[in-house]
Formats: sequence, C-alpha cells, structure tokens
Amino acid sequence: MATVPVLPKLVGERVKRREDPRLIQGRGTYVDDVKIAGLQHLAFKRSDVAHARIRAIDTSAAEAMEGVEAVFTGAQMTEMLPKGTAFPSPSNRAIAVDTVRYVGEPLAVVVASDRYVARDAADAIVVDYDVLPAVVDPERAMEDGVPQLHAEFPNNLAVKLMPSGTGAPPGGTPDDTAIDKAFAAAEVVVKQRMVNHRLVPNAIEPRGVVAHFEPGKGSMTIWSSTQNPHTLRMTISALTGLGQDQVRAIAPEVGGGFGAKINIYPEECVAAAVSKRLGMPVKWIEDRSEAFVATTHGRGIIGYLEMAARRDGKVLGVRLRLVADIGAYNMLGTSVIPTLTMLMANATYDFPAIRTTLTEVFTNKTPTDAYRGAGRPEATYFIERGMDMLARELKMDPAEVRRKNLIPKDKFPFHTQMGAVYDSGDYEKALDAALAFANWKGLQAERDKAKAEGRLVGLGLAMYVEVCGVGPSWLMPGTGGWEHSQVTVERDGRISATTGVSPQGQGNETTFGQMLADQFGVPIEHITILHGDTGIVKQGIGTFGSRSQAVGGTALHMAGTKAKAKMARFAAALLEAHEDDLVFENGRISVKGAPARGKSFAEVAWFAYIPTPLPQGLEPGLSESAFFEPTNNTYPFGCVICMLEIDRETGEPKLLKVAAVDDAGNLINPMIVEGQIHGGLAQGIGQAMIEEAVYGEDGQLLTGSLMDYALPRATDFPRFELESTVTPTPVNPLGAKGVGEAGTMGSTPAVVAAAVDALSEFGVAHIDMMLRPEKLWRIIHGPRQGSGQGGQA
Amino acid sequence: MAAADEGRMVQVSMKVNGKVRKAQVEPRLLLVHFLREHLLLTGAHVGCDTSQCGACTIVLDGRTVKSCTVFAVQASGSEITTIEGVAKDGQLHPVQEGFWEEHGLQCGYCTPGMIMSAVALLTDNPKPTEQQIREGIAGNICRCTGYQHIVNAIQYAANKR
Repeated sequence: MATVPVLPKLVGERVKRREDPRLIQGRGTYVDDVKIAGLQHLAFKRSDVAHARIRAIDTSAAEAMEGVEAVFTGAQMTEMLPKGTAFPSPSNRAIAVDTVRYVGEPLAVVVASDRYVARDAADAIVVDYDVLPAVVDPERAMEDGVPQLHAEFPNNLAVKLMPSGTGAPPGGTPDDTAIDKAFAAAEVVVKQRMVNHRLVPNAIEPRGVVAHFEPGKGSMTIWSSTQNPHTLRMTISALTGLGQDQVRAIAPEVGGGFGAKINIYPEECVAAAVSKRLGMPVKWIEDRSEAFVATTHGRGIIGYLEMAARRDGKVLGVRLRLVADIGAYNMLGTSVIPTLTMLMANATYDFPAIRTTLTEVFTNKTPTDAYRGAGRPEATYFIERGMDMLARELKMDPAEVRRKNLIPKDKFPFHTQMGAVYDSGDYEKALDAALAFANWKGLQAERDKAKAEGRLVGLGLAMYVEVCGVGPSWLMPGTGGWEHSQVTVERDGRISATTGVSPQGQGNETTFGQMLADQFGVPIEHITILHGDTGIVKQGIGTFGSRSQAVGGTALHMAGTKAKAKMARFAAALLEAHEDDLVFENGRISVKGAPARGKSFAEVAWFAYIPTPLPQGLEPGLSESAFFEPTNNTYPFGCVICMLEIDRETGEPKLLKVAAVDDAGNLINPMIVEGQIHGGLAQGIGQAMIEEAVYGEDGQLLTGSLMDYALPRATDFPRFELESTVTPTPVNPLGAKGVGEAGTMGSTPAVVAAAVDALSEFGVAHIDMMLRPEKLWRIIHGPRQGSGQGGQA
Repeated sequence: MAAADEGRMVQVSMKVNGKVRKAQVEPRLLLVHFLREHLLLTGAHVGCDTSQCGACTIVLDGRTVKSCTVFAVQASGSEITTIEGVAKDGQLHPVQEGFWEEHGLQCGYCTPGMIMSAVALLTDNPKPTEQQIREGIAGNICRCTGYQHIVNAIQYAANKR
C-alpha cells in the first residue's frame, strides 16, 4: 500500500484564521446586525451633570411622540445591578432615582419603533436637577467636609486602607518590622508620586444588546456585545426572576472588548426588563458619545512609591501606597482591579520586603473596571519607574539595576511577598534576549551620538511579569474560576466542540481547531468550534485575564482526551484490536503497524451512534465534556525596549523603536500571538503618549469623543520588533500561559523611561503620563509665568 | 426605518454593488443606516458618531467616504461599492486576501472600512511605501492589531498586483 502523507501537526504553526473569510467580506453578525420582527429600539436619557438630586423628570413630550411605545424612569424601573465582588458596595440601580452621581448615569429609557425616534424622544425628556458640588480628585475626595457620594461610605472611602505584602496576612494585623528594617538599612532611597491616569477602553464596536422575551414560552434570549455570556445569563435570570434554564445569552461576533465588556451593564438589565414587561423584542446600540461615559473606564490610580536600596543597586524594600479613583459605583470587578496592582507589586524582583496599602475612593466619574491588563500594568509601571529612578540615582545602566534584583530561575515556583506563587520563569534570559535582540549597547551608542548632536533621544527598558489564566474558583467567588468544554464526534465523523471562553477577536476558532486537529488526527476543516451561546455552550465563565488558552484551552484538551478515549473503544470493538494499539491519523483509526486494518472517522462514529451490538461497558454516542479548575494562575513575563526622540522646538515625542521579548509559555499559533502582542503594545504606548480621560472640576468628561480623546492611528507607531523565549507553565498540560494583555505591561513604563532619558539634560527624574508635547516643551523651555508644572525634578 | 414623518419621505435611487436600489427615506437618514437597515448590507459598521473611526467607510463614485457622514439623499444618483461588493465572482480581492494571509484583523469590526480604504489607496497608488500606507489608513481606527499586520496585508496586496 502506498504511503499516504500524514497530516502535518498544526499546534505551533502560523495557521491562517478560520474566522477571517466571513469578517473580510462583511458577513460577520454583530449585535446590531441581529434583526427580529417587531423589534423596538431603546434610547437612554442620561445625566447631564456629575452630581445632583433629581427634583423631577418630565417625560410627557417624549411620550407624546409618534412611534414611542413607552418611557420608563427609575421610579417605574427598580432593577438593581449585580454586586460582583466581596467588597462592600453601595446599592446601584440600573436607572437612577433621586440622585445621579456621574455624567452619563441612566435616568430614563425610551422604547420606540424607530432608532431615530427613540433618540429624539430621549432628548425631549426634561430633567430638573438640584445640582450638587462634584468630587473629581480622589485625594481631595477623602478629606473631611467634601461632598459625599454615598451616605454609608464616609469620606468617600470604598476601601479604607488595605495593607498587603511582607508580614501582612490577609485580614490580619500588618507587621512592619521587615519593611522598616529595610528602609533603616538603606544607603539610597528614591521616592515618587506617580499618576497612572484614567483611560477609555474604546473597543471599536460600542456595546449593544437585543433582548427578546417570548411570553408564550416564558423564556428570554439576550444578545449582547459581551465577554461573558454565561455571567450575563446568570445576572439576567436573577434580575427577571426567570430560571437560568429559561434564559439564553448570546455573544455574537463581538467587536473588541479589552476588559470593558466583562461588566454586566445597566443597559443589558434594562433591555431584559423592558422586553419582559412589554413582551416585545428590544434593541439598544450604544453610540460613541455614550460609550465614553457609559462604559467603564480603566486604570485611574495614584501610586506613592518609595524604594530602599544599597549603593550597589540591590533593592532592600519597597513601599507603595495606592489611591484608586474608582468612580461613582462598584461595577462587577471595580474594587478587585486595584488589588491586582498590589498583588503584582513584587514584579520580576526578589525584593526582601514590600509594604503596599490600598485606598479606593468614590468620585463623581464613570466607574472604573477592567481594561486590558487590569491592575497589572499599573503595578509594572510604578515598580519599573522606580527601578529607573534608582538607576538614575546610582548612575547605573537600567538593565543592570534590574539584573541585580531579578528573581533567579532556580527559585521557581517563587512565593512572592504579596502572596502569589509565580509558576515558572527565567527573567534574566528574557532580559538578555531583549538586550541582544534590540542591540542595547548599540542603541546606547546611537543615543549618545544623537545627544552629542543636540537631539533629544532617549532609551527605555522595562521588565514585566503579569498574572494570567484567571481562576481558580476561590479567587472568583461570584462566578467560579474554571472553564468548560464539550467535544462531540458527530455521526458523520466530523467534530464539534464548545468552549466557555467567548472570543472578541482572539481567534479561538482557529487555535482550538488546531489543537483538536492534532489530538484526533483529522483535518482542521472537519472541526467546528462553538462559542458564545449559552443555549449551545452549556457551561462557561468567560473571557478575561488572558485565560482563553490556559484555562479554556485546557478544558478543551481534557474533553477531547475523553472523547478520543471513548472513540478508541468503539474502534477497538470494530477492528477487533486493543484500544491501546490504535493510531488516529488522517481522519482514520487503524491498528498500529497495519494501516490497512482501519476505519474512517465516519465509520467509527456511525457505529458509536448505532452500536449493534453495543460493546460491553459503553454507552452509545461520542460526546464528552470536561471542567478544568486551575490550581494556580500563570505568570507570563518579558522585557520591552524602546527609543524615542523629542522635538526640541515643539516638544513632540516620536517613537523610533519598540522591541519586545515575551514569554507566554508554549504557543499554539505564533501568528495570533504576535497579533495579540502588537495590540497590547499599541494600547500600552497609547496610554503613555496620547490617551487620557480628562475631567473638568465639575465632573464633565472633557475628552468625551474621538475628536478629543486620541486613539492611536497607523501613523503613530514604528514597526514593532518581537522575539520570544519559551518557559512552559507547569500549571496546565498545554504549558501555555496566556498573552492577551502582555503587551500593555512593559510598553508604558518603557516609553516614559525613554522620554525621561531623552530629557536627561534638564534634570527630570520622572514625567507623569501622558507625554503631551506641551508638557515636554515646558520641561525643555522652562516654566513660563502663570504656567503649570511640567514635570517633577 | 418606520415613518415618523410620512409627509417628508423622499425617493432615493443609487447603484449599490452593481444593482440599482430605490427607496422612500426620511431626509435625515444616514447613508450607513440606509445600507444597513434598508439594503441589509451590514458590512459597513458604525463605530463612532464623529467621523473619526472609519468603520463605515465605503466607496462612493470612486472616492472613499465615511457613510455615517453622508445622508442617503445626498448619495442618490451615485454609484456605491461596499465591502460586500469587493470580492468578484467568489474571488477575494487581493486586499481581502492580504488581510487573511497576514492576520490583518482580530475582532473584525473595523475591517470592512479598513479594507475599503486600502482598496482605494491601492487604486490611487498601486505601489505605496510603508509610510504612505500608514498615512492612507490614518482615517481608520483599529483597536486590536496595532496596525502592523494591516500594513503587511496591504503590502501583500500591492505586491500581488
């Protein structure tokens, strides 16, 4: 018999995405593409002011408009939003009553037969506000005598003062002996207040929801641009009084999430409630101006860093006091995100002692929640800036100061001062790889030459480690932290597989298809990956914390293993062979060493579903599922180097080079991994250079549209240069760590470090982001009368 | 769109992807909503309300426009190509092929607009430099890719022609 070429293994290969053919032809179905007969459209009247008592809401003009079906205010619609964390939270109604606490808070909803009419009617609602002073600055918000957002949270303190780190067991009294000793022994101390400013996530598809309650069936289908359809189902069920079996949540094609579509939002709850109340399908599509105030923001945390060290560069201790500006309410993950900044304050270093404290403060702003990186870029930023300040103080190479403090590779698994257990790592290897790859010495010479010519050129370097593969369940008391998958060999021998991790561009249909193709020895074209529909994907948690591959992928692998084992038993019965002697290859199952003695997948599947006779000890069918509960998180790491030039005349910064070395463990599809890293770098650089949510004293978002808030464009970046090291994780059988957020970690501090280095002749140790040309210009040209402070020397 | 104001409905007629389409519309109806809601051509997406993001980009009489900033009535009598009309006879356009080959998309939401801008760019300048490509798509925002693979995709298409 002629040898048939064996299907190539796909895991580890640059397999083209299976999602793309529909998306490049405009055939994706996003939530606004969902149409149902009789669909009504919702529009929200939102608060125009940051803080006010509501005297009255006049909806009469709106109700009188032709095409308007109904108008509801908070008086008629009393649905409460879910509380997502164990932290104390003020009550939060889907539609405000009596008091509004941020610009954009929903005040009323219009139901109309037409999208334009709904908008017109919402604009015709008149609100009589008794305007209260707004609280915008989180540090001022804690002072006595400042207006209070929530009566039950004095001084606007959502979280009073939470200590963590060395000698601070969770819930116990902190023992400062070790940290005090470190500072007493210090030969040098660097200190800096730093602002990691607020960002607006801005997925290009705004949020949207279609809710369809069918009174005849007593069941609800809800489509939403969400990262977590299963959490949405749970919430909508609790809210409407329907059982979880009576609610089907669908995340169709989702146009980006970046953390901001984790939260379950007022609009989803209102759409479901309205649909149930009226017995009509309803749609709400966010417009961009709404998205700026109605979708959760990211970052927004101030860090007071003190770093104690010896003159040889060895850090003895770190103090980091954090003040998080969380906005007006606790959303699903609001209070937890800043705790991740504490958790990751250990960074990549073997610090002998750390003391962090965290205060979370309510302000009259849009609530914060997860945004790509979610707490970890903030930690990376504060610590990496500290390492740079230490290097500057000691006149050491920033790379060498870091090297002196890196956790050595033989110390893994590494128990950090913050209570994390870093799974695996070789940080020095990543540093060395980056120095070689970027040609650090060469870049330094290039910078020195440029500086000698009078140009303002600087270099920045940052190490990072982040926490990924989020679970386990004890860390996520609201939902659980596992993942689920079901792998079915259909009757024709093709394979369908469900996954609870619902993607927003991560390419799971491709990577998971690659995995199953290899596992079963079938062409990837014979596999369909199903996701995002709780009617089909029976269980799942969702997509966040770079968990798709590490947690969802592992569940898929486990379910596949079970299904394959059962298929082997059916094949063994058909072939009269032992199941351990079978080879799965080229869509066939055959006896090892005797390829002619084999059956196609279709033949074995047919037998499994019509088993005559049924082999002993087997149930018919080939559909197996698995839950994967991770035992620990994964901790990807890496190093980013960049070069930047500032125009002496205009203060405009320009990135000349970005080189990154990332270690995400084993990679399923390096092409997709590159795409993820590019996207993360773009958002991290965006924060450093051009993105900033700016509020006025009155609590108005001044950067409330894409005309005022700069999103990076193609002209803003040089070509990103990527390299990788591979340190598999022992936490899951795939050895994969996760990569969705990695790019946002090191890029932000590296860019700021490069800017500070470029301006070294002016004696600045730190510049708060973003790197506005005006701010840099003031450093170059000195303060002018009546002008603000450009940077902190 | 339901008729909120029957008296003010106007007739529009335009050639979209080679077919003449006629309808009665409100004068204020945006072209993007005409395409999406009346013609069910949902490839053009709405990503902002200030003409910044470019997700709704289409080609109107040979020039790219952001269809959220054109009224349907203004487009009457015009010839329009949307993302749905770019592939011919089941053959992907080289730009579409490039996006697939070079991983030029992730969530796919900006992609139709981005492809339309790239098609127009290569029509005007078949062999653009990298800088010209970056400038050519600066009216389209992508939040997923960091643009590098999009640039590669357009270079792929340019090299293929």
